Amino acid sequence: MESENNKYQSRRDFLRKAGKIAAVAPLVALPSLLIRKATATGYVWQIDPFKCTQCGQCKTNCVLTPSASKCVHAYAMCGYCDLCGGYLRQGVKNISTGAENQLCPVAAIKRSFVEEPYFEYIIDEDLCDGCAKCVKGCADFGNGSLHMQIKHDICVNCNECAIARTCPSNAVIRVPALEPYLPKDKAGKH
Amino acid sequence: MSVSKAKVILVFLLLILWQVNAMAQDRFPRPEFETDYKYPEHQMPGQRGPLWEYFDVAVLIAALSVTAWLAIRKRSRRGLLYMSLFSVLYFGFYKQGCICSVGSVQNVSMALFNSSYSVPLSALLFFIIPLVFALAFGRVFCAGVCPLGAIQELTGFRPLKIPKAAEIVLASIPFVYLAIAVVFAATESQFIICRYDPFIGIYRLDAPHTMIIFGALLLLAGIFINRPYCRYLCPYGVLLNIFSRFSWKHLTITPAECTNCRLCEESCPYDAILPSDPEPVIRDRSSMRRNFLVYIIALPLFAAAGAVIAYNLSDFVAGGNSTVRLAREIRLEQETGLESLTKAAIAFREAGKTEEELFAEEVHITGRFRKAMPWAGIFLGLSLGAGLLANSVRSRRPGYVPHQGRCYSCGKCFKYCPIKVPEQNEVKA
Repeated sequence: MESENNKYQSRRDFLRKAGKIAAVAPLVALPSLLIRKATATGYVWQIDPFKCTQCGQCKTNCVLTPSASKCVHAYAMCGYCDLCGGYLRQGVKNISTGAENQLCPVAAIKRSFVEEPYFEYIIDEDLCDGCAKCVKGCADFGNGSLHMQIKHDICVNCNECAIARTCPSNAVIRVPALEPYLPKDKAGKH
Repeated sequence: MSVSKAKVILVFLLLILWQVNAMAQDRFPRPEFETDYKYPEHQMPGQRGPLWEYFDVAVLIAALSVTAWLAIRKRSRRGLLYMSLFSVLYFGFYKQGCICSVGSVQNVSMALFNSSYSVPLSALLFFIIPLVFALAFGRVFCAGVCPLGAIQELTGFRPLKIPKAAEIVLASIPFVYLAIAVVFAATESQFIICRYDPFIGIYRLDAPHTMIIFGALLLLAGIFINRPYCRYLCPYGVLLNIFSRFSWKHLTITPAECTNCRLCEESCPYDAILPSDPEPVIRDRSSMRRNFLVYIIALPLFAAAGAVIAYNLSDFVAGGNSTVRLAREIRLEQETGLESLTKAAIAFREAGKTEEELFAEEVHITGRFRKAMPWAGIFLGLSLGAGLLANSVRSRRPGYVPHQGRCYSCGKCFKYCPIKVPEQNEVKA
């Protein structure tokens, strides 16, 4: 009985040891496989402005409210004209230009006079809710200088971006964390 | 004649296209300022520095070490609860969830099967370190470090037992979840573990209401059925379960030798206490041996069946990929003649990609699913077989011991054990 017990015990020990080795193997193999490919700095999410179709999903699908995606301005592309679809003019009583849908609903676009006949448009990011209405208007009727970008001081960098999952044009992509922005006037066309 | 005509038309078409393209860029001329106006600087604030991620890795290692010490050496349930509280506060509310070990499974599998993606080192470390600790000390990660487990640990007030059959069925869900999550990540489709993370909305105090409802329901259920996410959903728990079975050291119920007093028998809400079984029943040994042999032989059959079933499901599962879904929509649109009005279809028409390109992409992605799914099936078949096999093996246990796979090292059983070992300083006094 005693010897039989020992026999069982040693078989069990052997199996347990084999199991341990089998468990250690992938723990050694996986890192050594992946470490060469690993990046120390990782990725962040960003909107490729050339893929973006201004559908407005950024506003609603971000896990944060208001969304971490905001409208930014590529100044070097702007025409600096008097007319900006997104800008709410002072003193306008009835909006009858037919471009109501481009108008910033939170009046986050501020402007200042530069010189005749140019105006500078600046986006107040604290107000901007990322609805992309002005971006759509600018892309359809203007120079396309307004575009969407994810602001990394707000973004919590989810492992999977909720906007990326629902973006219909797959414009939200992982970019290296060392170059976290794709501004339209600086990034080369993809 | 006709050729040159076509050439002229082509040149014209190209000119028009170029014109349209140029117009989209510059409908209004850029101003030439006379004053010394300068373009404002782009506001491009950076994220929390990458160094902080390594600080988090250090915190993870420290938290795991402390938890292991509390569970195995100090045997302090109170200490483990404080540890859970720390994790809820630090990994949960402060770090707001990402990156976590549970989700890192997907980063690792995506990096394994895609050359275009390299895994962030911090994600790799978050994946490996808890597994190493599981192999050394059992599931100490679950006990007090994982923010998802910790919040459930703190809210499990009234543990109830659920029927064994239901437990077995429910406990098999994580295996399927893990397999599907790895397939989706490997095919770059989506990260379902992150998508259906129940508590991240609570940690961020901000989320779509569906996420909050799911999390709140799980927490409510968790009051009675403790740790519902860990037991019936957590895909990372599958790996920890496997590794913990071979752990070098593990929490024990009793600090010394078990006297088989049976006081701890009902103390575990997770059904992870194995009763003592000192005398093997000789009577049914032959039938057990037969069962064991049958299951050993059946193991490859299970794997093969899993592969076949999963392969046949691969087209269905591929529907989880947005490109495949879009391609199917567009094809349906062609067949029925009804215009698809989903956002993806509208964006597709605006983006100007051809349908042929889309369909080619669909074929490529479905092909990847067909390659990946059989492996998922083999994994599930082998898991089922191994589970049956483990059931047919009887181990001799002189006292009550924790089931190393299922035990979360939460320490709820400590106080039920009447055996007390005096602390060293008490002996001195």
